[in-house]
Amino acid sequence: MIKVVQYINQFFANVGGEEMAHIPAEIREGHVGPGLAFQQAFKDEAEIVATIVCGDSYFNENLDKAKAEVLAMVKQYNPDLFIAGPAFNAGRYGVACGTIAAAVKEELGIPSITGMYKENPGADMFKNKVYMVSTKNSAAGMRDAVKKMAPLALKLAKGEKIGSSAEEGYMPNGIRVNFFEKERGSKRAVGMLLKKLAGKEFETEFPMPDFDRVDPNPAVKDITKAKIALVTSGGIVPKGNPDHIESSSASKYGEYDIEGVMDLTEETFETAHGGYDPIYANADSDRVLPVDILRDLEKEGKIGSLYRYYYSTVGNGTAVKSAKAFAAEIGKKLKADGVDAVILTST
Amino acid sequence: MVKEIERAGIPVVHMCTVVPISLTVGANRIVPTIAIPHPLGNPALTHEEEKTLRRGLVERALKALETEVTGQTVFEEK
Repeated sequence: MIKVVQYINQFFANVGGEEMAHIPAEIREGHVGPGLAFQQAFKDEAEIVATIVCGDSYFNENLDKAKAEVLAMVKQYNPDLFIAGPAFNAGRYGVACGTIAAAVKEELGIPSITGMYKENPGADMFKNKVYMVSTKNSAAGMRDAVKKMAPLALKLAKGEKIGSSAEEGYMPNGIRVNFFEKERGSKRAVGMLLKKLAGKEFETEFPMPDFDRVDPNPAVKDITKAKIALVTSGGIVPKGNPDHIESSSASKYGEYDIEGVMDLTEETFETAHGGYDPIYANADSDRVLPVDILRDLEKEGKIGSLYRYYYSTVGNGTAVKSAKAFAAEIGKKLKADGVDAVILTST
Repeated sequence: MVKEIERAGIPVVHMCTVVPISLTVGANRIVPTIAIPHPLGNPALTHEEEKTLRRGLVERALKALETEVTGQTVFEEK
């Protein structure tokens, strides 16, 4: 019988939502939450002997410490297989799953697998380090995720040959394997061309790598003369959230006039973000968007001025494409208004 | 977001708690912060202590904006 240990977050363990995201790692015997579906998929071939439950904020705020703690827990069971997640599009959970799945593989030498949505920040960080199954973007895709992850996990544990990413459903990990195609290259190329000419979908055999990096702009020459703007993905909005920015998967951003606002208070500002415990930001939004400090610095002549508007959206499962579009628009406005530098805060 | 603002031609500093994410998304100037739900604060401190903490972080961000960088740079506490 293959012995399995699984890692899940506080939410999937039913411990609680954001208000419990700070809990350190703990061990439960047997399967918990999504483990049931995995256990059923394994039938009699494998058994989840223990589940490690950890708060998403705890893991991400203490990456090295949390990793060491969870590794020690895994080691204690000496499993044949380790599963982290699946994390879908939950960013902190994805980073935790990727970190720990890769560490179990590299440091303990135990076959390890995780799964998440392709836009999860944990995906780009770890897909080349550990088998990472591509899942849907929400927990509604659990069944589909288990269907792909469980068989691949069993294969890994048994040391069986793992097929290509397209066959097994994991994200391409940069490893190339030679194999013989059924049809020769010229025929495949013509086939692709015909599809392209007909305006149909075709799949390239050589996707171009995506190196989307932007070079840093030159430094600000004299910060005491600079006009500085604040932007945040932490969801700080005027109380009542006038633009109804969504608590997750935001479809918009807000532009807010802070002329004459010296301090963000409990009565005037709050967060619309649904991906972290809001009590601290609701009590004092300066903890996310430091308007109070910038006003002080402005008064003291340490900066030129604080730009009249700030921009805010909710970075919680928000599509990369949307975030890109928001910020491109914001950047254009700021540039046109002669803003010299931007402080962007994230939660 | 940080990348698009940089692309617009404005120097930008990213203040965030999970630095590896910031590095993955491609921020060039990064200032690590306190905690996910309160990056620029700490509710365990008094209001005055918290402002001092926040001011230190913001000053580090301004310092980052004044510093020429050639690639991704994390501005740690000195």
